[in-house]
Amino acid sequence: MNKISTDILVVGGGPAGMAAAVGAASKTTAKITIIDDNPTFGGQIWRAELGKIKSPEARELIRKLTSDRIELLNGSQIFGRADERTLLAETANGTKAIEFKKLIIATGARERFLPFPGWTLPNVFGAGGLQALVKGGLTVKNKRIVVAGTGALLLAVAEYLKAQGAKIVLIAEQSPALKVYKFVSNLARHPKKIVDAIRLRAKLLNVPYLTDCYINSAEGDKRLKAVNLRRKAKHWRIECDYLACGFHLVPNIQLASLLGCHIENKAVKVNEFQETSLKGVYCAGEPTGIGGVELSLIEGRIAGFAAVGEKQAALGLFPGRKKAQNFATALNQAFALRDELKYLADDATLICRCEDVELARLKPFDSWRSAKLQTRCGMGPCQGQICGPAVEFVLGWKTDGVRPPIFPVSLESLSDICET
Amino acid sequence: MEPVTLSINDKALTVPGGITVASAVLVSGASFFRRSVSGSPRGPLCGIGICFECRLKINGLAHRRSCQVIVEDGMKIETDEQN
Repeated sequence: MNKISTDILVVGGGPAGMAAAVGAASKTTAKITIIDDNPTFGGQIWRAELGKIKSPEARELIRKLTSDRIELLNGSQIFGRADERTLLAETANGTKAIEFKKLIIATGARERFLPFPGWTLPNVFGAGGLQALVKGGLTVKNKRIVVAGTGALLLAVAEYLKAQGAKIVLIAEQSPALKVYKFVSNLARHPKKIVDAIRLRAKLLNVPYLTDCYINSAEGDKRLKAVNLRRKAKHWRIECDYLACGFHLVPNIQLASLLGCHIENKAVKVNEFQETSLKGVYCAGEPTGIGGVELSLIEGRIAGFAAVGEKQAALGLFPGRKKAQNFATALNQAFALRDELKYLADDATLICRCEDVELARLKPFDSWRSAKLQTRCGMGPCQGQICGPAVEFVLGWKTDGVRPPIFPVSLESLSDICET
Repeated sequence: MEPVTLSINDKALTVPGGITVASAVLVSGASFFRRSVSGSPRGPLCGIGICFECRLKINGLAHRRSCQVIVEDGMKIETDEQN
């Protein structure tokens, strides 16, 4: 096995990770290494389109990343740890043990998927999922697409797909906007503004946008044919080619959990300098709680500065972080999941898509652990990344705790470790 | 980028270079990528390499996540649909 050592290791090459690496590099001559599992840097929000990143802000960060003596390891996946200061990665050139002095975890987030009858049919995608596939070369010209779920992402996805020639039949936002307005208008003015802004943009785009509206089920034989929608007492059916359905995001905390960082409310707990409960291990961006790209960039810079001992520089970024955090809180309130979504899956609906475990088979259990042991729910290739957040919401189970390897690796990589 | 020619279930297809295998298969009109452990049809869900639903056999190697693989000239792609 190949061993490398570095002063500061950044895991994740999205906004937070890039900001951390670039921030640290601007203040030190220490060796910095950034690792990401995708072919190019930029993370999910700045995913390249056919190898090209469009955002000027992202391109500038990548330019700094590549010119600042930072060691770049892309297409490389962290899957475990050898000891407190060494992580293991599977790369194109075999397994690498990466020894570090300081670690910055910037592992981002993934979409939350919720089960409903028919959600396993081909052509039912995540909202960000379909966007990623289109960025990867899928053409959607003249395709009839329903965009559903929750969050500000829905509109961004609809806008993007429409620009690619798709016919967006409907954007179905589950959030009962009016209730949200009334409930939070005294606490924060943002949520109403957020939903209003989204509705206005949908109108400008000439795309129907319904709040209080969600997918009840999807139908089709070998592929999606139609979706059944619900809004208050009204039920109706829409034929479509694709469904893009996502329910906001969940923080990727597997690596932080594996290392033993303190986790609170499904997010990595950090202090004001973005340091976790482990000394010298920092965390920035979505793993500390879903906050969006602005907050990720600021947290990344703070973590980068703090990791090289530039606390004064980090302090200057605190007011900006506070502002971005307030916005994130308002956003998360505006798109909180409604209870009805817990009851969409029926007994025959698969919850675990890897091991094909239906809801009926999970009901007799009272915990994730016992269900896993008896049904293999969450034990397939995705390692519960998809069904974990679903059972948390639908069944109320805690899905904490990870075991190495945190990502499926080849036997070759595992044997590599044994040889050393 | 230069177009590349690959085969999906032995049928030749020319696609733009630089696209992912998952996107190429969807562009070909196929949506049934793999058969689940209990036999139901599946295709891509997350698009970012975490759900493992888009697994395909690529150049004889099974269980490749097709959304994370870029197309190459002469690539041989097999879905479960024909089985």
